[in-house]
Amino acid sequence: MEEVALIRIVAVKFLQAVPVILIISILAFLLLSLLPGDPALIIAGEQASPAAVEQVRRQLGLDRSFLEQLGIWLFNLAQGNFGSSLVLNQSVLSAVAERLPVTLSLAALSISFTIPVGVLLGSVAAYFRRTWIDSAVMTVALLGVSIPAFWIAILGVILFSVQLGWVPSSGFTPISQGVGPWFASLALPALILSLFQIGFLARMTRSAMLDVLGQDYIRTARAKGLSEWRTVGKHALRNALILIITATGILLSAAIGGSVIIEQVFALPGIGRMVVQAILARDYPLVQGTMLILGFTFVMINLIVDILYTLADPRVRHD
Amino acid sequence: MTDTGLGSLTTVHAIAAPRGYGAWRRLLRHRSFVIGSSIILLLTLAAVLAPLISPVDPSAMRVRFRFRPPSQAFWFGTDMFGRDVFTRVLYGARVSLFVGFAVCVVSGLCSAILGVIAAQFRRLDGAIMRLMDALMSFPAILLALGIAAALGPRVSSVIIALTVAYIPAGVRIVRAAALTVREMDFVQAAQVSGASSLRIVLRHILPNCLSPLLVHLTFIFAYAMLAEAALSFLGVGIQPPIASWGNIIAEGRDYATEAWWVMLFPGIAISLAALSLNLLGDALGDMLDPRLKGGE
Amino acid sequence: MIMPLLSVRNLTVQFRVDSGWVTAVDDVSLDVGEGDCVGIVGESGSGKSVTALSILQLHQRATTRIPSGTITYQGQDLLRERGSTMRRIRGSEIAMIFQDPMSSLNPVLTIADQISETLRQHQGLTGVAARKRVVELLGLVRIPDATRRADDYPHRLSGGMRQRVMIAMAIACKPRLLIADEPTTALDVTIQAQILELLRDLRKELKMSVMLISHDLGVIAEFAQSVIVMYAGRVVEEAPVAQLFRRPVHPYTVGLIAAVPKLDSDAPRLATIAGRIPGPQEIIVGCRFSPRCALVQPRCRDEPPLMQPVSDGQSARCPPRILVLGERHG
Repeated sequence: MEEVALIRIVAVKFLQAVPVILIISILAFLLLSLLPGDPALIIAGEQASPAAVEQVRRQLGLDRSFLEQLGIWLFNLAQGNFGSSLVLNQSVLSAVAERLPVTLSLAALSISFTIPVGVLLGSVAAYFRRTWIDSAVMTVALLGVSIPAFWIAILGVILFSVQLGWVPSSGFTPISQGVGPWFASLALPALILSLFQIGFLARMTRSAMLDVLGQDYIRTARAKGLSEWRTVGKHALRNALILIITATGILLSAAIGGSVIIEQVFALPGIGRMVVQAILARDYPLVQGTMLILGFTFVMINLIVDILYTLADPRVRHD
Repeated sequence: MTDTGLGSLTTVHAIAAPRGYGAWRRLLRHRSFVIGSSIILLLTLAAVLAPLISPVDPSAMRVRFRFRPPSQAFWFGTDMFGRDVFTRVLYGARVSLFVGFAVCVVSGLCSAILGVIAAQFRRLDGAIMRLMDALMSFPAILLALGIAAALGPRVSSVIIALTVAYIPAGVRIVRAAALTVREMDFVQAAQVSGASSLRIVLRHILPNCLSPLLVHLTFIFAYAMLAEAALSFLGVGIQPPIASWGNIIAEGRDYATEAWWVMLFPGIAISLAALSLNLLGDALGDMLDPRLKGGE
Repeated sequence: MIMPLLSVRNLTVQFRVDSGWVTAVDDVSLDVGEGDCVGIVGESGSGKSVTALSILQLHQRATTRIPSGTITYQGQDLLRERGSTMRRIRGSEIAMIFQDPMSSLNPVLTIADQISETLRQHQGLTGVAARKRVVELLGLVRIPDATRRADDYPHRLSGGMRQRVMIAMAIACKPRLLIADEPTTALDVTIQAQILELLRDLRKELKMSVMLISHDLGVIAEFAQSVIVMYAGRVVEEAPVAQLFRRPVHPYTVGLIAAVPKLDSDAPRLATIAGRIPGPQEIIVGCRFSPRCALVQPRCRDEPPLMQPVSDGQSARCPPRILVLGERHG
């Protein structure tokens, strides 16, 4: 019975994701029509010859009617064709796949700093609420969400790379060339990327924990004679984690979004840097396709987070 | 960075707001509120009075004054064109605060309208919320990047891009608040006594959604300023010669080791502005959220 | 005289508020003997729950202080104890159940998990042995189909069943004293009676003392042997239950008894006590009941009255009434 309910919930979530994916596809398509004036002219550049402009127009199918264009766009998408870059001489999918390991390594490393530190800081602040410990932790968290990452990144490079020479100042070493160099090339960017997220997660965890620590069942746990460690670590954190799970989607989104900027500062050849370069080179199909792929990815991530949430909370699971 | 668009999950609960004189007095005793509002007020004042505080032209290039370190004459030093960094930071404040404020107002209005419509008209709810889900599927900074790139590098593009990026979170908050308020006794009573639905929305539901939205928008103000700086830093936002905190840092970056002051001061300015707004948001959230206030 | 199991002497508890400290419990003394069943009655805000929570030090430590008083359990002053000693006593020597069984159980842990936690903490029971004891306990509190119910999460159970689970958890280690803080308040009337009956049976079976806290004098009358009436942080009357109903002394007690609905009464309306209980922040110099008291005299407002014995086992904090009653009897 329980399994049936669970399967039903998952099925409903999947069905809800279908229109979202469709809307994302259309939104990404519309991005190009936001361009003021003739997209072909803008993409080809103002100095381009009329023939070159025409060629871009045909290549992008801009000579067809709006609905025809949309139809072709969706038809291509359905076949897994996300378009091609104008500059890179590559399909969007292969361009993204090539740079994915960098962005993924960066995001994964930063998330693996973020979650333990953020949850610990938030819990400690909540437990010692209204003491100097709380104030100190929350000040750090507040700084984390207030200081712009690209600025602290530049300062970090000056301090750790230029002055101290602990880590390389830019560039990426694939993990195939050894874990040590890989880690060294990503440690500083990942750490700086996680500053905002740690601040965000710590603030969220504190608020969730404050809520939970005030609940009657915490008093029950203490009345049973459990140690504070078990009371907080088991009874409180289990409940707070349910709330925290909902934040992981936001954290991942922030990690990927933040990597756009961090990759730029550290010259890491990831997806974010590719998008920024594509924008500056007016390679709009690449921007469009990459955003679409990331959009799809996050629909999936949010779906997984939703399902995890359902699994973690017995109250949702049964109803 | 800075692209969650979700100030705090607790804002949803900030429905029953204390009003009147007592609430004001409590706010004025709240340390975060006092610190936060003082800093942001000071920054706003500095931005508005920029021409009076520093009569120098922020774009005036004086090559013989290149890369002067901070001194009595140039408080924050000068950049590679000999422009006064202090003046540029002051004028940058105008752009950054304007963008943040505009995003706040426009996305706030859109969120309020869409959120109430979604809560009030069940038939439109699904469509609106799926559209918001779709927008939320892009990391906010990336969405803003895409839109700003398509619209071209202008102040208005940045505002539009960030507004679109931050609307979904606002709509969710307003909708959740409106749904909660709708079930409350006084709204039910108004319905029973035959008030029109427009009247109920305007008199009962909307005012009660405003306080969680206000808390949320305070955080959005901070996020929008940080995002504007990031976009300008990447070269997709505010373009030189207009000074923005983001593009001053971008320009100073290449000389960061020699002329550290060029990038240091605008960074401090952004951090201060974001910090004060976050403090303000925390204070408002504290005040407006009855759950977190008591019992501690 | 035999030493009581638990003896509270001159307990004062204060809470921190914006403007300083306010007194929630003021100079409260009470005894619970071995096998006794003591009822504490009073309106919400009278300090009865705070008194109970301070026995096990379950109040918010950061915002509460106990400037004076002793709480002696088997010769040991609990207020001097911290940490591990307190934890050893909680749940194994003195157990507690609370008002709202909906929120008192952890929603993300199964019932078996929550009960066996107590067993592991105090008796070192784990695995199959703990499981066996959990099912046994659930049977003891009369939960049908105990084997299957053990693996349920709390939200699948009704309010009455959840309170039974709370009771099972409380008696798991056979405590000598059970503090029941409004155990039936959140439940339907029919369920209330069942839970009270269960508590009564368990008390006999396990030979434990019970301290029952309720705002409902009817519940107290049915359950307790002796009653302590609290008002605005103070004990105002103390008596064996029959004595209290036959001859209440304090005007507040009189009012409380008059407010209990009686089926056989001809009275057209329920009696009520005018006014409301003062908050701990309100300063009342004399008797704290004086603003609501129908029999108030000038001196009641000047100085706080003392607790005075009335007859064997009964005492009250109302010198004028005691004087009047004494003359009438003498």
